[in-house]
Amino acid sequence: MTTLLEVSELRVTYPGRGFRARPHEVLHGVSLAVGQGETLGVVGESGSGKTTIGRSVLGLVPPSGGTVRFQGNDITHAGRKERRALARDIQVVFQDPYSSLNPALTIGDILSEPLVVQGAAAGEARNRVAELLDQVGLPKDASQRLPREFSGGQRQRVAIARALAPAPRLVVCDEPVSALDLTTQARVLDLLVDIQRRTGVAYLFISHDLAVIRHVSHRVSVIHRGDIVETGPAGEITTAPEHPYTQRLLLAAPVADPAEQRRRRSARQRL
Amino acid sequence: MSPSSTEARRRSPLRRLLADPQAVLSASLLVLVVLLGLLTPLLTDHGPNQVNLDAINAGVGEHGYLLGGDKSGRDIFARLLHSIDTSVVSALIGTSIALAIGITSGLVGGYFGRRTRAVTEWVFNLVMTFPGLLLLIILMPVTKGDYKATMVVFGVLLSPGIYRLVRNLVLGVKNELYVDAARVSGLPDRRILRRHVFTVVRGPVIIATAFLAGSSIAVQSGLAFLGVGSSTVPSFGAMISEGFTNLYEEPQQFLWPSLALGIITASLVLLGNALRDALEGGRPKPSRIVTATSYRPSATEVPSVAGLLTVEDLAIAYPTPTGELKEVVSGVTLSVAAGETLGLVGESGSGKTQTAFAALGVLPPEAVVTRGSIRLDGRELLGLSERELRAVRGTSIAYVPQEPMSNLDPSCTVGAQLVEGVRAATPMSGREARERVLALLARVGIPDPERTFRSYPHQISGGMAQRVLIAGAVAGRPLLLIADEPTTALDVTVQAEILDLLRDLQKDLNMAVLLVTHNFGVVADICGRVAVMREGTVVETGTTDDLFAAPRHPYTRKLLDSILDETALRTDPPTASAGALETETR
Repeated sequence: MTTLLEVSELRVTYPGRGFRARPHEVLHGVSLAVGQGETLGVVGESGSGKTTIGRSVLGLVPPSGGTVRFQGNDITHAGRKERRALARDIQVVFQDPYSSLNPALTIGDILSEPLVVQGAAAGEARNRVAELLDQVGLPKDASQRLPREFSGGQRQRVAIARALAPAPRLVVCDEPVSALDLTTQARVLDLLVDIQRRTGVAYLFISHDLAVIRHVSHRVSVIHRGDIVETGPAGEITTAPEHPYTQRLLLAAPVADPAEQRRRRSARQRL
Repeated sequence: MSPSSTEARRRSPLRRLLADPQAVLSASLLVLVVLLGLLTPLLTDHGPNQVNLDAINAGVGEHGYLLGGDKSGRDIFARLLHSIDTSVVSALIGTSIALAIGITSGLVGGYFGRRTRAVTEWVFNLVMTFPGLLLLIILMPVTKGDYKATMVVFGVLLSPGIYRLVRNLVLGVKNELYVDAARVSGLPDRRILRRHVFTVVRGPVIIATAFLAGSSIAVQSGLAFLGVGSSTVPSFGAMISEGFTNLYEEPQQFLWPSLALGIITASLVLLGNALRDALEGGRPKPSRIVTATSYRPSATEVPSVAGLLTVEDLAIAYPTPTGELKEVVSGVTLSVAAGETLGLVGESGSGKTQTAFAALGVLPPEAVVTRGSIRLDGRELLGLSERELRAVRGTSIAYVPQEPMSNLDPSCTVGAQLVEGVRAATPMSGREARERVLALLARVGIPDPERTFRSYPHQISGGMAQRVLIAGAVAGRPLLLIADEPTTALDVTVQAEILDLLRDLQKDLNMAVLLVTHNFGVVADICGRVAVMREGTVVETGTTDDLFAAPRHPYTRKLLDSILDETALRTDPPTASAGALETETR
């Protein structure tokens, strides 16, 4: 398997708030790699820096140290023009399906915009939009409608379709199902896995929920306070982790089985 | 959603504007005035400065002067029409300069980095420090008394207002995820500004424009009234000034220009207000106001379900824009026995939170309880006055919310808020209350109660804040604790601790807990019984063990099947073939 994305010793520092406030380092040298067609799950709690990893891969946050390489090229400090070219290959699905779609544009406009910018003709873009809507399981007439006419799960499908529009090689999924209901959550995850099988796209999948991570990931990295504490195959990390933090995380997540949950609770309280 | 409601919301702002009598009236007045100004050469033969010495202070209609002559023998009607031109040109120059400078620098200053913003901010702050009217008068030698040049300067002086408006809107929209998504899509900044940012800015700017035009006209007239600038330019201000000196002889000379100026500026302000309603308000008002039914269940009914809290056939409805009532909870029946924990589960929109709010008596004012009963320890809660309810809430029912942070007042210390709550429930001295609160904070597992007591909400973590709220909730030793998604906003490790705390407190105080949640893991962890809700009704109730082992209702089964558990581990290897990628998607 060839490595698609390689992040090494990534450091990100946010400027402190207020006058002469000290800058605050949120990532202290994070290294990870995503192979072609692979899903790397990144799991961590709020404030662990997991979202910052995704944002610096996307170029939305400037790293203060380390490198980000995509298909062998250093894109750590890619300029605007380079970024625009990278947009064909790296895409994103955000957590909040409500604020990630411009409420003033129709679904068709939202989906065709990146295509048109990349130089597609109008008719070509229209065909691709129809194809994309079909791919994410939305009706064809959806392109005439506005985001507010759709439910959270459907909006997230639109966001997924937008990410797939330029046929990227890597999609950064930042908590894509956290804002969704249980049944919708499962369907959207299945859709993501299905698309991956068909297109060979790789996911950098960021979530706080181990169960979600387990469902989509081939490999998992656990991040805690800006450091990756453990990386390994999803099966091992999510069932028999070695690092104490991962163990705590695993035992803290309640399972939907009263007897099993009682056992876990006492195991956790012993820990 | 029904097609009619979709249509109502799709209605364009322009059509909404046309339906507003205020907008139609003010806009037609303005159009009329502008038309009069444009048609001036057709409407009068007299020039604005043409003097007829016979017509000094001439009456209405004399010497061919429609509205009479002024004290210099000029045609008042002709001067009025020419003044309209002056006003319109002033408004156009003033607003266009202000908009051009303000919007451009607002977009640039708001969208680009801090350094650019520092520069624009400094420049506009400097402009704002200039005393406007005074500066215009001082600059008269430079502008040579030409009102057009004066309006250019005034436009510059108006631009900081527009700059600030646009800059704030841009800063707000810049952090929206869809702007991030557009950047990731490779859109150039120009296109993002035009497509995603400017659309948000458009509405408020249109509204501000109406007011800018009004103030441009007012300032031009004001300067002319003061006699600053060329005296040959016909202007409402100059006319008012002359009429003013002639007030005792010919009061009408003062009336006409004032009336015209008043109509123009008032129309602009009213049109601005109507624009605001059309572009920003946009919310359809209920055509029929539904008065909250003062529904009172009959006292004779014997509760068919026994328990501490019994909810029977409860229905809650909300008025829709068309005035009809739409039920969000339709016939919920459930009971919570003393000391037990009931989990109320369902997806968003199932009515679980509405049911909990009804039991707390904190439904929003537009909510209507159409039928049913809620009894606590045999006492009917529906129909109680706010004062009676407050007594119940302080001591018998307590509440733990989903968002701990937004339920603490950021301007008071944690301790002060808890003391206030404790003293409201049971009157006691400040010192006693303080002791009690410190004991409570220690009880809910806060390591350093003294320090937390003195802290402000932003100084403590989300998990701590939830502990503080729980401490406040159990202060009155309630019979029933209603917790609405108490751990949803928290990390899993913190969630586990909070659940432990709730379980512990419940045992200690022997209180009943009604736990609203969407998470079956939480239910399995803490609840003795479960009620599953869907679309406003309870579809299944049972003990936790039974319900998880053998769900009876298909919906419950579907929910349980959707849970991602250990079996949901992904097993297929990564798709490495690049060929599949090419054929499928390119």
